[in-house]
Amino acid sequence: MPTYKDVAIVVRTHKLGETDRIVTMLTRGRGKVRAVAKGVRRTKSRFGARLEPGMVVELQCYEGRSLDTVTQAEMIAPYGDHISRDYPAFTAATAMLETADRLSEEHEPVVQQFNLLAGGLAALAGRTHPIDLVLDSYLLRAVSIAGWAPTFVNCAGCGAAGPHRAFNLAAGGAVCYSCRTPGSSAPDPRTFELLAALLSGDWEQAERSDERARREADGLVAAYLQWHLERGVRSLRLVDHPVYVASPVPPAVGVALP
Amino acid sequence: MYEGVVQDLIDELGRLPGVGPKSAQRIAFHLLQADRADVQRLSEVLAVVKDKVRFCDLCFNVSEDTLCRICGDSRRSVSLICVVEEPKDIMAMERTREFRGRYHVLGGAISPIDGIGPDDLRITELMRRLGAEPIEEVIIATNPNLNGEATATYLSRLLSPLGMPVSRLASGLPVGGDLEYADEVTLGRAFEGRRLIGG
Repeated sequence: MPTYKDVAIVVRTHKLGETDRIVTMLTRGRGKVRAVAKGVRRTKSRFGARLEPGMVVELQCYEGRSLDTVTQAEMIAPYGDHISRDYPAFTAATAMLETADRLSEEHEPVVQQFNLLAGGLAALAGRTHPIDLVLDSYLLRAVSIAGWAPTFVNCAGCGAAGPHRAFNLAAGGAVCYSCRTPGSSAPDPRTFELLAALLSGDWEQAERSDERARREADGLVAAYLQWHLERGVRSLRLVDHPVYVASPVPPAVGVALP
Repeated sequence: MYEGVVQDLIDELGRLPGVGPKSAQRIAFHLLQADRADVQRLSEVLAVVKDKVRFCDLCFNVSEDTLCRICGDSRRSVSLICVVEEPKDIMAMERTREFRGRYHVLGGAISPIDGIGPDDLRITELMRRLGAEPIEEVIIATNPNLNGEATATYLSRLLSPLGMPVSRLASGLPVGGDLEYADEVTLGRAFEGRRLIGG
């Protein structure tokens, strides 16, 4: 039976039988993979702890007809372990993992989505930026990679140079006065600035934003994502929005992927 | 496809957790070949279990009375409460014969990806118990996986401001195992939870 090796992020798990699990993973080379991990629910399992959601592992599997089988998993970065000790980070990570699951197809390589998710989890585990900003930035960039890139400066309808005052989900972001349709909202200009910063990864600008702009941006990002996915992301409803307190010495958990 | 009631039996058995179509077929034919008295006894137990068994009013363990055997036992400590995910976890804890307090069954763990949040668990009932009973320590014994750890983190965040001592079951090396085969997460936890044995 053909075997393969790949680097994978565990996205979610389902119980199977008495002691097994079906593990859904986003791999760097093969896109989304679903594989059976045998005996991982036993307390003496050799790699059960490595196949928890949020863990980055080097994986060895053999191919099956519908499901592959995990034969080996070596830890690369235990982001899931760090994240589980911080409840707001856990809820944000779960929303990221569910989004990654929804935006990827089985056996279709999605290297950019893989790198983005690994970076997002590292940022949550290392507390490098406020949790709510990391989540919103991830969601905006993930939908952009999937082909639905929003615009927050120029008009999404005609391309007229911005900034503009209206926002329309269906149009794809900011819209000018003439492209504005009924149902468009009028967010605060600072919210537009924050959204543009989150999309481009300008953390300095994003972290200068106030609470009101963050809340409004949060709602718009969630609405934009769910508009394009056509179904709700269940985890988003349960995201715990924290009052961010910067850690004096961020724990060094960011690991360079091989 | 079998005819009529045989297929109905296979379909019903196939709806049970962990029972696939082949297993359902095997169990169905076993029942068909078994003594009438054995099958009768099974059907009676199934009917009685649905009629009689309920959840304990206090801890939500399965019980035949308003209070389960553990909550009704006056010899058990009322100052210790062990929080578990499912009633079957209580059986695992009881096998240790180490814990003499009482339990609280949450009914699962927080799992946002499955749409299960804190409001879907019996956390309000736990808070009510903390107000009504002389509890001095809460031991969180949720599963040592991502959702179980996050549930423990959530409970700790909720209970600590109340001045309630909250502890978590230790994670670490399984007894009888070899150190060289331990994964780094488990071994890391074992280091964190190490204890002094001398000096």
